[in-house]
Amino acid sequence: MKRVSFLFTLAAAAAFSAQAASAETLKTVKDRGLLSCGVSQGLPGFSSPDDKGNWTGLDVDVCRAIAAAIFDDPTKVKFVPLSAKDRFTALQSGEIDVLSRNTTWTLSRDTSLGANFTGVTYYDGQGFLVKKSLKVNSALELNSASVCVQTGTTTEQNLADYFKGNNMKYEVIAFSGADETVKAYESGRCDVFTSDVSQLYAERLKLANPADHVVLPEVISKEPLGPMVRHGDDQWFDIVKWVLFAMVDAEEMGVTQKNVDEMAKSDKPDLKRAFGTDGNLGEQLGLTKDWFSRIIKAVGNYGESFDRNVGAGSKLQIARGLNQLWNKGGIQYAPPIR
Amino acid sequence: MFRLKRTLGGRSGWSGVAFQIVFVITLIWIGYEIIANARANLEAQRITSGFGFLNNTAGFDVSQSLIPYSGSDTYTRVFLVGLVNTFLVSIIGIFFATVIGFTVGLGRLSPNWLLSRIAGGYVELVRNLPVLFQILFWYLAVLAALPGPRQSISLFNSFFLSNRGLVIPRAIAQPGWEAFVIAIAIAIVAAVAARHYARRQLFEKGRVIRIWPYVLALLIGLPLVSVLVFGVPVSFELPQLKGFNFAGGTRVIPEFVALTVALSTYTAAFIGEVVRAGIQSVHKGQMEAGASLGLSRGATLRLIVVPQAMRVILPPLTNQYLNLTKNSSLAVAIGYPDLVSVFAGTTLSQTGQAIEIIAITMGVYLLLSLTTSAIMSFYGWRLGRSLAQ
Repeated sequence: MKRVSFLFTLAAAAAFSAQAASAETLKTVKDRGLLSCGVSQGLPGFSSPDDKGNWTGLDVDVCRAIAAAIFDDPTKVKFVPLSAKDRFTALQSGEIDVLSRNTTWTLSRDTSLGANFTGVTYYDGQGFLVKKSLKVNSALELNSASVCVQTGTTTEQNLADYFKGNNMKYEVIAFSGADETVKAYESGRCDVFTSDVSQLYAERLKLANPADHVVLPEVISKEPLGPMVRHGDDQWFDIVKWVLFAMVDAEEMGVTQKNVDEMAKSDKPDLKRAFGTDGNLGEQLGLTKDWFSRIIKAVGNYGESFDRNVGAGSKLQIARGLNQLWNKGGIQYAPPIR
Repeated sequence: MFRLKRTLGGRSGWSGVAFQIVFVITLIWIGYEIIANARANLEAQRITSGFGFLNNTAGFDVSQSLIPYSGSDTYTRVFLVGLVNTFLVSIIGIFFATVIGFTVGLGRLSPNWLLSRIAGGYVELVRNLPVLFQILFWYLAVLAALPGPRQSISLFNSFFLSNRGLVIPRAIAQPGWEAFVIAIAIAIVAAVAARHYARRQLFEKGRVIRIWPYVLALLIGLPLVSVLVFGVPVSFELPQLKGFNFAGGTRVIPEFVALTVALSTYTAAFIGEVVRAGIQSVHKGQMEAGASLGLSRGATLRLIVVPQAMRVILPPLTNQYLNLTKNSSLAVAIGYPDLVSVFAGTTLSQTGQAIEIIAITMGVYLLLSLTTSAIMSFYGWRLGRSLAQ
């Protein structure tokens, strides 16, 4: 018995002394045959499963675009629902390859978490949702209100800053999941629900009487939401970055899901470069020559994805606003593909 | 030499010693490898490690904190706030769980058919439902039943009950406060001493002394004297509805009430069974002996059976107390700011330093549990000593 336990201990020791796997995320993803994508636990418009288990949303589309660029198949994605609390640990530990979960880009997250933000999928801000029956017209009238937030988000800190800065008192009740937070708000435990404005619109849809609730006009913070990847793998960082840029550039160049094949035959120099007819930009990234057309065929360009998920073609009906292209009044700007 | 060989290596002698040394060295080496591996990985990904984050500003508020706390305090302060909140729930939960548990356990053994069936039904129902469900049930049931703050149920216009919690007038210490507390402390010590004296007189000389008039006089008289001499110890600040919530007064938040009630009733079911097992372990002859002495059933239980049953009850009871303390970490599901919720939840996702924070949290729970076990062991030792006399 002693000898058996001794040998077992040696074997365990040998297993643990193996070196940590080096950062080759693209190779790992290709070998696995699937992209592991961290998403939310159900936020309409950004990442939510429908009743058949198919995930849709703006963040979901980014992951599908990456999968299409690598495998030519947007369905080769495994979606891992994560709460605000465990999303970063999942990325750090390698459980997911990319975190596409409406995460705000901040300095401390860019540095101390061992991860990098690859771009901005959605320019958002924090707002307040209140019941119309309270007859409140501005966030400055919320002195001594009770506020429900989801714990572990920038929302909590912005809330503290805002109320302190305006010398207002408040009571905060912090829940771990978005569903419990909304439920407590609905039951009247708190007067206000605060989150990113896009989330307020999305969660309002889940309430019993959406028309009874109003989003206050104040937007109290900048919340640029974007995908995250781990530190230490520059090639993967470039890939995820340029997949999103490809979607934005496609809208700028007028390439849509319907006219991809037609545009691929175009003679214009910028289109030839993007589609790989001229040069080998796709291979420089580590992808294939037709990476651009794979992406647009799978999910469409940025504008189409936006409309389908959160804009005019969806239940949320959020206006493009800041998320319009830079030359049409918004600030979505992607570097040129050359 | 032979004794040394036997002590160190058991029956296998020196080869046993050799194996043990190699085993320990291998264990230490595994531990070192794990830590070194983790360190190397963290550095490769440039994830911040170390405990420096404890001095950073937290930047968020919590809904209940018994020590002064604001959003500009450090994460260390957040940790302490969470710790105190966990203590509060654990201690109050343990107290009520014990009271209810003993009642349920004794009730199940009662010769009254209805009482024993009700107690039995309670145990079976509560034991078999997951504790998270019960916490959510109490929270949602409590919240749903209560009105909003503008329509709160009020008593004497000073106590208000709404879905924001129970608001009571806040006691503000006045100059006579310290004297009042000292007076109560002296009264309690004197009462305990009087009881001790009376018991000694009973067991040694057979003299029955009724001490309750003296105890009552002490407990009421001494504080009264302090009030007369030093002045009223407290003044009250009445709460008033201002805008959305109440200003002034102290508030007991519904999350705390729901969590405590859920944990107490859940653990009480288990404690009830432990108590029942303990009482049934005492020989039936003890009850009969008590009856033959002319003692009522209640007195027999109190003076003869339960003290003997305590030796059997104590270890599983300690288990249940530890379970209650650990189950309090489910508070995050209903938004109660206990240690796991504010420290291993919010702080972890803000700083991203999972390893350090989880290690600290585990260390704290381990310390809490070991302390509870130590206290219960001490109590058991004293019990064993007094029974052996």
